[in-house]
Amino acid sequence: MQKTRLKRKSECEWHIEPFGDMRVPAVIFASGDLIEDMDDKVYEQVTNVAKLPGIQKASYAMPDAHWGYGFPIGGVAAFDPDEGGVISAGGVGFDISCGVRTLHTGLSREDVEAVKEPLAEALFRSIPAGVGSRGQIHLNPKEMDDMLEGGAQWAVSRGYGNKNDLIYIEEKGCMSGADPSAVSPQAKKRQKDEMGTLGSGNHYLEIQEVVEVYHTDTADAFGIAPGDIVLSIHCGSRGLGHQIGTEFLRSMVLAAPGYGLRLPDRELACAPINSEIGQQYLGAMRSAMNCAMANRQIITHLTREAFSRILPRAELDLLYDVSHNTCKLEEHDIDGVIKSVFVHRKGATRSFGPGHPDIPEAYRSAGQPVLIGGTMGTASYILCGTDETMGHAFGSAVHGAGRRMSRRKATKQWKGRSVVDDLHKRGIIIRSPSLRGVAEEAPGAYKEVSEVVNAADEAGLARKVARVEPIICVKG
Amino acid sequence: MGIRGYGPDPAEAFAQAALALTSVVTDLELVAPLNMVEVHCELDDPELLLVDWLNAVIYEMATRKMLFSRYKVYIDGPRLKGQMWGEPVVVEKHQPAVEIKGATYTSLRLAEDADGRWMAQCVVDV
Repeated sequence: MQKTRLKRKSECEWHIEPFGDMRVPAVIFASGDLIEDMDDKVYEQVTNVAKLPGIQKASYAMPDAHWGYGFPIGGVAAFDPDEGGVISAGGVGFDISCGVRTLHTGLSREDVEAVKEPLAEALFRSIPAGVGSRGQIHLNPKEMDDMLEGGAQWAVSRGYGNKNDLIYIEEKGCMSGADPSAVSPQAKKRQKDEMGTLGSGNHYLEIQEVVEVYHTDTADAFGIAPGDIVLSIHCGSRGLGHQIGTEFLRSMVLAAPGYGLRLPDRELACAPINSEIGQQYLGAMRSAMNCAMANRQIITHLTREAFSRILPRAELDLLYDVSHNTCKLEEHDIDGVIKSVFVHRKGATRSFGPGHPDIPEAYRSAGQPVLIGGTMGTASYILCGTDETMGHAFGSAVHGAGRRMSRRKATKQWKGRSVVDDLHKRGIIIRSPSLRGVAEEAPGAYKEVSEVVNAADEAGLARKVARVEPIICVKG
Repeated sequence: MGIRGYGPDPAEAFAQAALALTSVVTDLELVAPLNMVEVHCELDDPELLLVDWLNAVIYEMATRKMLFSRYKVYIDGPRLKGQMWGEPVVVEKHQPAVEIKGATYTSLRLAEDADGRWMAQCVVDV
């Protein structure tokens, strides 16, 4: 993207003043280098979102923004239902409530090194991963509806994990307002064999070492210190979320003319929040959010079982669980007025600042943990929301490194076996059902995550707390 | 990920686009066309019908845990009948790289060129 098309407001904040049908400005948070690397499609998409009815303040793009469908991935936008505001399936994404969960382990690097291979194998065997994998938990129709209403709270009630886990999940593990009756039988069927599965693509389970702490007080509040071993799980709502996204994208495309919506592009399909489709989508999407949180809860349980066989003294307590493909009703200060708005975060993490009542008490004075997934060969980051955060992009931050190369290009450049071998030489064990999948996910296919995180920190979207590096990675 | 199929008519372009869909997941030559699955879609808009067809394929792949390497599409006005031949996923054999979450309306295009060749394309989310 050419920087000359943007007005630079600060080191990492760029504005596009409204033109044409734009109702609000567009704002991109990124360093100059990231802007230059950014796809021109992000410009087109972030300005298109600014044209939607009921949009508040601005259409935002995070430093890891890239070309998505409708909204950019890394896009944030809030809509007021009382001003004709809309909800968009493409503004949430297909993998509804995809997110990252990080757990403490209470272990040291030496503990893991002593059993590294058998631990990697146990995790790989315990957590179904990859295309065509099936979970061990099959829900009957009643249980499926209970899960869609209860989320991680349902999972804990079924014995997957403990009540303490729920404190450290957004929405305490259960998104209210879910409506399982708005979820089609097809979506439920697609989920039938997929509870407790990791999925594929960029989804993973990693054992990581905290290698650097940038803000000691916050790290103390989060209970992490250099040398600690943590475990992170990145996955979402699996087939159920994908099917809900597919079906509502279609119904919104077909219904848009009837709602009198003049869309700049068909892919921006949306519906008024207060319309029948809007309300159905809300109920279905919230069900998918619960599915994602239940899924990560079950995977946590399977992980604990695997650890109990190999490293029984590990204590896998939740640090936090965040979702980065969501639409949530939140209160925000809009030009001095507190309003209830529907905040779409597509490939963006909630990043609430200190004191916010939605943050667990133990972290409330520090700010919300923001968990950023990197690649299997570089690093991931733990950040936190700050006082400044809420004034930018409705308390939102980045979600990951973002691809810089297509999957096809990556397979031409790397072979899966050599990626695994190279990482092994660096002390990182990869377990994956697909070597082609590993090649497509080669670390070099992604942007440098530290650049993205530094830009988020510089822009005031979130503050860097710690850097973690992978030791074992189970790839989907 | 963008996929594109070409053919002498829209039906063949749709079938070729579905082949491109499979190749996002695995190498086509690894998938034996053993079992047939049939789907039906109906929609007035031919471009939107393409997305419906691809999503029907994605749904069958996901729920049957199958991969398909041969497709035949029949289009009669708004109605589409699609047949696909394939086999259950065997991870060791197929080395499937990635699940496809859904077909989108991004870069969606069905068009005939000056030589009468049809092109069907869209972006799929993986």
